[in-house]
Amino acid sequence: MSTGLEVPAASPADSRARSRRPDAAAAAVTTHGLTKRFRSGQLAVDGLDMVVPCGSVYGFLGPNGSGKTTTIRMLLGLIFPTSGTHELLGTAMPAGAARVLPRVGSLVEGPAFYPQLSGRANLARIDAADATADPRTAQQRVGVALERVGLTAAARKHYRAYSLGMKQRLAIAASLLRPRELIILDEPTNGLDPQGTREVRALIREIATGGVTVLVSSHLLAEVEQICSHVGVMRTGRLVFQGSLEEMRARGAARVRVRTTAPGQARDVLTKLGLADIQAADGEISAQIGEHAPESVCRELVLAGVPVAGFDTPRPNLEDLFVELTGEGFDVDG
Amino acid sequence: MSTAEVAPAPGGGALATGGARRGSVRPWFRLLRSELALVFRRWRNLALLAVLVAIPVILGIALRLSVPHPSGPPGGPGAAFLAQVAGNGVFLAFLVLTIMLTVALPLVMAVVSGDSLAGEANTGTLRYLLAVPAGRARLLSVKYAAIVVFALVSCVTVAVSALIMGVALFPVGPVTLLSGTTVPLSEGLLRLLFVVLYVAAAMATLGAIGLAISSFTEHPIGAIAAIMILAVASEVSDNIPQFAVVQPYLPTHWWLSFDSLLRAPIDTTTLLHGLLSFGVYVVIFGSIAWARFTGADITS
Repeated sequence: MSTGLEVPAASPADSRARSRRPDAAAAAVTTHGLTKRFRSGQLAVDGLDMVVPCGSVYGFLGPNGSGKTTTIRMLLGLIFPTSGTHELLGTAMPAGAARVLPRVGSLVEGPAFYPQLSGRANLARIDAADATADPRTAQQRVGVALERVGLTAAARKHYRAYSLGMKQRLAIAASLLRPRELIILDEPTNGLDPQGTREVRALIREIATGGVTVLVSSHLLAEVEQICSHVGVMRTGRLVFQGSLEEMRARGAARVRVRTTAPGQARDVLTKLGLADIQAADGEISAQIGEHAPESVCRELVLAGVPVAGFDTPRPNLEDLFVELTGEGFDVDG
Repeated sequence: MSTAEVAPAPGGGALATGGARRGSVRPWFRLLRSELALVFRRWRNLALLAVLVAIPVILGIALRLSVPHPSGPPGGPGAAFLAQVAGNGVFLAFLVLTIMLTVALPLVMAVVSGDSLAGEANTGTLRYLLAVPAGRARLLSVKYAAIVVFALVSCVTVAVSALIMGVALFPVGPVTLLSGTTVPLSEGLLRLLFVVLYVAAAMATLGAIGLAISSFTEHPIGAIAAIMILAVASEVSDNIPQFAVVQPYLPTHWWLSFDSLLRAPIDTTTLLHGLLSFGVYVVIFGSIAWARFTGADITS
């Protein structure tokens, strides 16, 4: 996969992205009470208040069926909300779709192209649908987009002959046909092998390095954890958590863990310090560290004569936090 | 929003957004070109056009074998058209169009129009086109334009194929019209052109109905079947005397009125009735398609 390739030179979209970057408070996506009840009566999305900061890589997480795809379809104006409003890049949707969507690249619920056309012809078709794209540069932009996702060699192959990974990459190429300010990728790694997943992750990272805001959905935290700056967690149509990755980590009660030959003595010290949830196990004692600084807890232990053989403050496991937020197992919420 | 948007950098903007400032006409034609390429490069649609070429050939040969040669004694009774064909090859085109208007041409239109939106929904490409954004009303208008072009191409294909067979197998000369008047060959061909345009208008009307039906489903086969059933039901009802009251309002009722063009003087009242009926149907079903498609949730 190629890296360091630039989208064709300066365009208004590009300069807009640059001029807006210092404006940290601006949000690429905001929703206000976005709700979708399908005609079947199913409440797919329930009062969603989502904020995707400009320049962030926003991991949109949740089990299958939690409403992520429905939300993304609403964001792009493919389905209409039952109530609530939303804005993309500061423009009200769906009223401003014609103006704002050319600045938004997207991959919605898996790749979908014309099987009888080649990868190149498929991208040309997508580009032809864009009223604001310049036909004179179409061929060049299609070529660059294919190059960026490493499909140049397969550009003339029929789409139906593509492997799933190639299809997925072609869909990403379609979102890169023009310089974008926001890229929305719905489950871009779905069905990919670990190698393909890594490639897509590298591609997202590369896109984000250019200052583009990326909204990437996944039902697997592990897949996006390494590239995200922010996360939003969905459960049964509701956003149960939203914030930076640090904020999510902070949510988990950090613990102090002491390895010692005198657990009773250590327990007394920790109790005296007022730490909660003290648990002892085989030569080890742990407690929620709360507001205490780890080094002062350690000093108190040593001063009290506790033989400290090991001391650490284990980082809360994001996966555990995620499961705690979304419930055990997938599809439990139907 | 941003200042950059109000005053785009001169020159730089031409690369990616130059089209926006040229208005919406050229991008519309660009999308239409893409749509036509999609429609006319599909093997299925090309096969349908091949069938439209083949049917006149087969009919021409069959007629040549069944009707007595004009040099021989006049044959037995037959349809007005049939006798005319024997006397002039140009009439083969009229006869073939009449025959193919019952099933073959409507079937071709059903396939192309039924597939137009439902097919895109079925492959999932519809959501990508709309996210581009292609614009719902814009995409709908392009889809319909492509259907109209296909209707015209289909009718021209049939006429040209029939004309070639007619010229090859039957005598050609001044054309004797259904009203008994004889006009020069050139005028006969001009009348054939108008007949082709009229039939294409009829097929474009069916295409509008098909497009509306297509906007309601993700299953192209279902849409195609529904359009075909509708066309056949209309044709059958048109032949049941008890339905005489509603017959002028049936979508297929005026299809065969092109024979007005084969009389002297031309029966313009009937033709205008037909064209009015087509126009009303296009407006009604165009509106249905528009209302449905611009407000529909795209969940495919």
